[in-house]
Amino acid sequence: MTAATEAILRLRSAGPGATLQDGGRHGYLRFGVTAAGPMDALAHATANLAVGNPVDATAIEVSVGGIEVTAESGSLNVAIAGGEFELSLNGRPLPPAVVLTLEEGAVLKIRAGAGGSWCYLAVAGRFAVPKVLGSHATHTRTGFGGVKGRALAVGDRLGIESSASSQLSISAIVAPSLDRPVDTIRVVLGPQHDFFADDQIAAFLAGPWTVSGRSDRMAYFLDGPRLTHARGFNIVSDGIAMGAIQVPGDGRPIVLMADRQSTGGYPKIGTIIGPDLGRLAQARPGTVFKFAEVSIEQAVAARREVAALLARGVVIEPVVRTHLSSEFLLGLNLIDGVVGG
Amino acid sequence: MTLHAAPRFLDAGEAALVVQFGETVDPAINDRVLALDAALRGDPPVGTREFVPTYRSLMIHYDPLRIDRAALIAIVKRMLEGLAEWRGEGTIWTLPCCYDPPLGEDTDEAADILGLTRDEVIRLHTEAACRVYMCGFSPGQTYLGGIPEPLKISRRATPRHPHQAGAVLIGGGLCTIAPFVMPTGWYAIGRTPERLYAADRSDAFLLQAGDLVRFEPIDLAAFRHLEQRAIGGEMIARKRAA
Repeated sequence: MTAATEAILRLRSAGPGATLQDGGRHGYLRFGVTAAGPMDALAHATANLAVGNPVDATAIEVSVGGIEVTAESGSLNVAIAGGEFELSLNGRPLPPAVVLTLEEGAVLKIRAGAGGSWCYLAVAGRFAVPKVLGSHATHTRTGFGGVKGRALAVGDRLGIESSASSQLSISAIVAPSLDRPVDTIRVVLGPQHDFFADDQIAAFLAGPWTVSGRSDRMAYFLDGPRLTHARGFNIVSDGIAMGAIQVPGDGRPIVLMADRQSTGGYPKIGTIIGPDLGRLAQARPGTVFKFAEVSIEQAVAARREVAALLARGVVIEPVVRTHLSSEFLLGLNLIDGVVGG
Repeated sequence: MTLHAAPRFLDAGEAALVVQFGETVDPAINDRVLALDAALRGDPPVGTREFVPTYRSLMIHYDPLRIDRAALIAIVKRMLEGLAEWRGEGTIWTLPCCYDPPLGEDTDEAADILGLTRDEVIRLHTEAACRVYMCGFSPGQTYLGGIPEPLKISRRATPRHPHQAGAVLIGGGLCTIAPFVMPTGWYAIGRTPERLYAADRSDAFLLQAGDLVRFEPIDLAAFRHLEQRAIGGEMIARKRAA
């Protein structure tokens, strides 16, 4: 590998909600500091692995607002994965999960596509951005991490200590594991399911639930049956895990996501299992689903499968040999087959 | 050693375990939480990630691929058997607080509801030795008990507009010091110039669960002066060991 070189990733445009996220700011929940980190940890890890980074390296999390970036003062090896976003390089369409070398001056555009809410742009190397409490993870509500504690904005120039060793031909990331249906989301009941009668637990599992338009990195609000409490809705505050489903007084469940507060005072009827958090995170407002109760053992088994998947690494295939949609091939034909390796 | 009721072990998903000692705000319950927290931090079981003490429970974040739930519970039970009483080894702090308008935004409103005068609110609040039960909600935000009975006010039915950074608030029979601007259902009765979270300070977080806080009334001029010193990096709160 060659010595690290400095290049710049410049934001030519940035929709709302594009942030720097690493594996999260861990160890400070006891002081009220939110971990933040990626909404879809599997997609984040996949993008990082595809460029040879550790799974929890810092990457740009892109919302449906999209971004447009270019490389300055050198080229950068990048990978994009997560959701079904529409990607293009210098105006030419790319597969939705891809690795490539972003040449100096080249323009990479990521915008919302057919589905998905979060997409990750990983860069081979390190972001030369100061850390807060040991992490780059952005938590905009408290102004922690990222670029000055805020979402990325047009004109931001992010220094990259590139670890790129060679030019990459455009290759698709083969990640069927990212193509996850959202019809059923698995939960472990508790820690306060005893605040609800059995018929309310049944109603909670059956739904159907619709992801509300109010949803963001902090919480996904769910529309569906109104749940009633058997023992009131004020509890003395206790800890909140990611994926906790709290039910406030109005009976409308709220799923607490990456930017959640560390503690809270509403009963939590259930907790979404780790492997399904990213699936729900990718669901757009309007998506309909139900919950399925699983045991701790089943949840751990699902977690083990994800860990095994990541341990196997990421498979990439040069674009010319990848099976592509007719729409994508049409795009290639229109630009005279320049893309390929 | 006193005998205690066995805690409940509740699952918050497959990667967090809640060790619940009770359901109320009670110093004896919080003592148990802090004692277990101290024991776990002193000898963290392999596979545990973070311990989050709250009023009445300890949340243990763990990696279920490195330690399974049953093994973790067994370790916690063993620790609880040998656990000494938590003796309140926390720091005692004197924290300056300005209750004057415009900083004590809701002092008069709270006084009205409680049937007290403004001066009585301030006197009662500054006479109390407030125990830090937990930190949470935002970085460095601290929840305190020990509020005297006449100051116990319900939370607002609907939240008010965001308070200022450093607001000292009362609500639900408790007190909180809030370093970040947030909407609130509590009553902002004062403001401290001290920074509960300061990234540039060696102890980034000033207060810990188990500490005791006494509020010291200061006027607006003193607040402005101390605020400048705090921004300059100085610690404004004064401490003595318990």
